Amino acid sequence: MFVPETLIAALEELTAEYERAKVDPIFRAELDALLRDFAGRPTPLYFANRLTNALGGARIYLKREDLLHTGAHKINNALGQILLARRMGKQRIIAETGAGQHGVATATVAARFGCECVIYMGAVDMERQALNVARMRFLGAEVVAVNAGQATLKEAINEAMRDWVTNVRTTHYILGSALGSHPYPMMVRDFQRVIGVETRRQILEREERLPDLLVACVGGGSNAIGLFHPFLNDADVRMIGVEAGGEGIRAGKHAARFQGGKLGVLQGTRTFVLTDDDGQIQLTHSVSAGLDYAAIGPEHSYLRDSGRIEYTFATDGEALAAFRRLAETEGIIPALETAHAIAHVIKIAPEMPQDQLIVVNCSGRGDKDVSQAAAHFGL
Amino acid sequence: MPDRVERLFRRCHERNRAAFIPYICAGDPTLERTVEIALALERAGADLIELGVPFSDPLADGIVNQLAAQRALESGTTPRGVLQCVAAIRQKSEVPIVLYTYLNPLLQFGFERFHHDAAAAGVDGLLILDLPPDEPIDAPAAPLHIRLVAPTTPADRLRKICDAAAGFIYYVSREGVTGVRTSVASSLRERVLELREYTALPIAVGFGISTPEQARQVAEAADGVVVGSAIVDRIARFGRNADLPDKVGEFVRPIAAAIHDREERLC
Repeated sequence: MFVPETLIAALEELTAEYERAKVDPIFRAELDALLRDFAGRPTPLYFANRLTNALGGARIYLKREDLLHTGAHKINNALGQILLARRMGKQRIIAETGAGQHGVATATVAARFGCECVIYMGAVDMERQALNVARMRFLGAEVVAVNAGQATLKEAINEAMRDWVTNVRTTHYILGSALGSHPYPMMVRDFQRVIGVETRRQILEREERLPDLLVACVGGGSNAIGLFHPFLNDADVRMIGVEAGGEGIRAGKHAARFQGGKLGVLQGTRTFVLTDDDGQIQLTHSVSAGLDYAAIGPEHSYLRDSGRIEYTFATDGEALAAFRRLAETEGIIPALETAHAIAHVIKIAPEMPQDQLIVVNCSGRGDKDVSQAAAHFGL
Repeated sequence: MPDRVERLFRRCHERNRAAFIPYICAGDPTLERTVEIALALERAGADLIELGVPFSDPLADGIVNQLAAQRALESGTTPRGVLQCVAAIRQKSEVPIVLYTYLNPLLQFGFERFHHDAAAAGVDGLLILDLPPDEPIDAPAAPLHIRLVAPTTPADRLRKICDAAAGFIYYVSREGVTGVRTSVASSLRERVLELREYTALPIAVGFGISTPEQARQVAEAADGVVVGSAIVDRIARFGRNADLPDKVGEFVRPIAAAIHDREERLC
């Protein structure tokens, strides 16, 4: 817990409540019902026939988290945490958001349970994800613009933590990724594991065997760890996390922590961080607001060091091309975050034999990114 | 001289007065100016100086200190530069100095090496905002690790924190980030009394104290009073003036007097 002393008691309270809830059948049943009836689980595992044929290699399946209510996997975690907040008697909800998907998910569950909700968002991100800002406001949330630093996800988290330090007795902070201090990385992973658990069952039904490769994009890394975690003990399942390569791996131009980062501490977590030698956090860049962040979830650092998961990156250009290609071949417009994972599949699938299976996490839908992409392609 | 802190509080205790602890951010507006401001603070009555090491993501700090860190980083301040600044103050002064810092700059410098170089430069204590005593990191004995206690710290943690503490305890007077507040928390006295059951170390109180009147109230309960954002705000305002150190000295003199002249000690 690399956080100021004021937050320790709240983090310990949250850890204890989560440990109790995890083994409480009533909590589990309530969450499962909400995931099914409110969020729309299970999500389909969809065979991407035309993309597979176009690439001419491995068979490609998409795990359709983009079909969930609010349009991304973020709702899985937001529902779990709002139930915890209620158990702890906390009526005020705060969250950070980058791409706005977590902010929308949080505003949605806060509205669903009648809680006050404040979302912190970098001013730069508010501009490039304006659709999601409007959605949050319709859902009754206050969206606070953060102008400090480079005005993206990292600054939004700083501001959310400052709010939490100030209002900690009445407020629960719904952190949106597998980041931050314990218990968040573990708890968010557990709430996202449903992605991998369903995928496993669905691929066994369809193909009667496990996939050869799993691919997901990695910002903080919650959609990736959610898909990967239930397969970690299956030694034959290869896994690749795709970070944001931005304009290429040069300081300040990307957000690929395993390419240019080193072990450090940021916002409560000891993990790989893009930091200079003086300990200042470096600027990041990505076309995708949700991946534009200087640290990676600590479990990814561990799994990378242990060699269990491989990590690579896709550049802005590759992600934009994949965004368009999935739309044209499959009729699915992915989020720009998700497009990084698709970009890597486009690279790797043609090199794999046709009897091999890839599952890629289609973590979110791209409506929010359409105007940005349209400007890029001149549509 | 690791006992500068201990000798300070013993001296204050003998004279039945609290210590005045001003906070400034090193490198705001420049490290050369920081040396002059620190010496001016001492002349104006500072008993111990808390010197901030600027960090890009100061999540425990309010806007005034965030902007100070930003100015310091823009003027090219590095952790090594801060240590050189302390060494320069040490050539002229024996005032105890505690660095207020976040963990990542120390990790990138080399955690042990930073302790070694800081002690050699004349740093007496380190207050690492995001390193609670729960994290098992081996740290050299010097400089001292100053520990924070918050209003939300439960009783069963007080023991752990006080056992790990040295020099003095820094009690964060209210929930929130650093910054000016209009009043002193009413529960302050009770909390300081409670804390004294767990430790014989002096207790300094900070976060939000900005006026002589607030400082006087806090000095009635505590062994040290930290004043930060109000001073940093002056530095922001008069940063370009040639007589900046004198301006800062003039501002803190009534605060120092209010702390030193406490009429009664209530706990």
